[in-house]
Amino acid sequence: MLVGPLFLFILFTFFIPIGDMLFRSVENSIVTDILPRSTKLLADWDSTTNELPSEAVFAAMVADIKEGRKARTITRVGQRLNYEAPGMSSLFRSSARKTKRMKEGPYKPALIKAHKRWGKVETWKVIKQFIPKYTAGYFLAAVDAKQELNGDIVRLGDEKRIYIDLFWRTLRLSLIITALTLILGFPIAYLMAILPTKSSNLLLIFVLLPFWTSLLVRTTAWIALLQQQGVINELLVFVGLVGTDNRPQMIHNEFGAIVAMTHILLPFMVLPLFSVMKTIPKSYVRAAVSLGAHPWAAFWKVYFPGTIPGIGAGAILVFILAIGYYITPELVGGTTGTFISNRIAHHISSSLNWGLAAALGVILLGIVVALYLLYDKIVGIDNMKLG
Amino acid sequence: MAENARQAGASSDSAGPSEALVRFAEVQKSYDGISLVVKNLNLSIADGEFLTMLGPSGSGKTTCLMMLAGFETATHGHIYLDGVPINNVPPHKRDIGMVFQNYALFPHMTVAENLAFPLKVRKMGAAKVEERVNRALDMVQLGTFGGRRPGQLSGGQQQRVAVARALVFDPKLVLMDEPLGALDKQLREQMQYEIKHIHERLGITVVYVTHDQSEALTMSNRIAVFNDGIIQQLAPPSDLYERPDNSFVAQFIGENNKLTGKVTEVNVNACGVTLDSGEQVKALPVKINGVNSPTMLSLRPERVLLNPNESECDTTVLGTVEELIYLGDHIRTRMSVCGRDDFIVKVPNATERSELQPGNAVQIGWKLEDCRALDLPATD
Repeated sequence: MLVGPLFLFILFTFFIPIGDMLFRSVENSIVTDILPRSTKLLADWDSTTNELPSEAVFAAMVADIKEGRKARTITRVGQRLNYEAPGMSSLFRSSARKTKRMKEGPYKPALIKAHKRWGKVETWKVIKQFIPKYTAGYFLAAVDAKQELNGDIVRLGDEKRIYIDLFWRTLRLSLIITALTLILGFPIAYLMAILPTKSSNLLLIFVLLPFWTSLLVRTTAWIALLQQQGVINELLVFVGLVGTDNRPQMIHNEFGAIVAMTHILLPFMVLPLFSVMKTIPKSYVRAAVSLGAHPWAAFWKVYFPGTIPGIGAGAILVFILAIGYYITPELVGGTTGTFISNRIAHHISSSLNWGLAAALGVILLGIVVALYLLYDKIVGIDNMKLG
Repeated sequence: MAENARQAGASSDSAGPSEALVRFAEVQKSYDGISLVVKNLNLSIADGEFLTMLGPSGSGKTTCLMMLAGFETATHGHIYLDGVPINNVPPHKRDIGMVFQNYALFPHMTVAENLAFPLKVRKMGAAKVEERVNRALDMVQLGTFGGRRPGQLSGGQQQRVAVARALVFDPKLVLMDEPLGALDKQLREQMQYEIKHIHERLGITVVYVTHDQSEALTMSNRIAVFNDGIIQQLAPPSDLYERPDNSFVAQFIGENNKLTGKVTEVNVNACGVTLDSGEQVKALPVKINGVNSPTMLSLRPERVLLNPNESECDTTVLGTVEELIYLGDHIRTRMSVCGRDDFIVKVPNATERSELQPGNAVQIGWKLEDCRALDLPATD
């Protein structure tokens, strides 16, 4: 009973949104909902004959469009089909106006007269393709592929491919950031673990201080530091390392995104490492040394293996956070340092293609879960320690 | 205090400096530069000896061990191993085996890998490593446990692995830092014998640190009692118990009845003491500052006799029984004697039991040599 509120909270803020996202990524009832009559008849139409559908289908389509116009829903179906075949949006918008005057049949020539695309078999094939209530179309788009009208799945041309590259970039940058946080965080965590409590507490505060500062402040601070008229560039020019005319571009690109995110995610690596290192007794290294191992060998063979649970926990934490990071790459990533999450945000807030956003999100979630399982298989999740 | 240090140095020197495997020479240690944790330590440890450093926590015994192992550096003085000063030899080159308080077995290695570790860092061949590891495992009766992880072993088994690991590379000297502290009483006693037997069999030198006096008495050839950074007494176990040099040792080792008073006369083999309660008693002068100095008389509970014959005893006084505790083989009797009500007498079972009732007055007595006149303890 006591966990009831928490359970409800998790249900409404976690499971339901994720379920909704999974559903939206394949959901496609909009076409049949708005065009109920015509899609019913189109289902029986044999698209392989390359002949236009019968007069009855055209009549049903006119009826559907009229009703959709009244309900102000017709543009939505046009928008949906426009993702798959450009021009569908304007086809439905302009036809909607003209169907107002179509009082009686035959509707076939009237509709073709209203917009010549109605006379093309491809138009009807596109509509028929999206009759099923569920579609893989969003997922195909998310991996730069599409289903041809004949049912074949093909990759898009090179110039149209975006998402696969973006996924690779997201994974690559996340890996680089994870590696950098490990390289930078390991010595700090080690120092914190071996120093006397007083000094290690001071270090801990230095690690946590950025935690208590707004994310936005930290990110914009990097802009101030790295921009072309920024602190670091001015310093480089002052020292004479670079000329004032060819100041390096250090922000609004991949480099800036890596630097800023490494800094922001560093505590997530340091803290699990520290909490694991703290539990490794000093006597382990002493024992190894007393047994004749050089201090370096003692560190590497005895101390380091003990920190692996912390490395695993920190790495998986930083990597998962990095892979879905949004605000920092948005602010400092420019064009070469954007992540897949920026694209998802674009589809949710700007292009309003929620289905594609959901499909991208599901793939991202799938990658994270797959990596988690891989980690579990290699290191064992029981070995992970967060504190 | 300085007198004690000299005494310790003198008694160890009598073993002969040529035989000494380890020698501390005027070693001092300070962590903060102000107070000394170890004050002017002189100690020689003979080859093949089992020496225990015994003392309360903070007495400097562990610091001495850590200086010998190389994990702490001496602020002043030298430590010699086999006649060679080792102050500047890093710990991994000292070839000293060490058993730690919490065993410090490497959890990510199997028992066999743990034992092979010191051999592999010495670049020993695989066949030889295996042979040595198996021999070490057999020595501690864990022949079939080589493939297990330390976490899968009981405390006693882990302890044996730790001992085997400290011995597997044949060090001449093995240090043990309260190695049995984490075990329960029964296992602790069993392991005491095992370690003692291993020491006797291999002929190695062991320096053992503990705060458990019975452990020290059981295992050691000699015991160095530490307090306040100074060796209070360095002696074989029986001497330490029966002939404590000062009030700290008398109170720290075993049970001790103390009576305080003032010295009235001093002869060579006896001194007269007037107790605070007024009685006149005779005692053996051990550590007193002459006539009129305050003193503490030390009396072991089992050396006090009930209803003694006049010929048996040099001193007799009257005591009142306060409390009886039945302990099977003997009866612990608490009495009021000479103004103190914490005077303990151990009465062997089956003799004179009947007259011991709380409230009864009983004549007690002791021999002169069992009553040692010592210094007054620092805090009483």
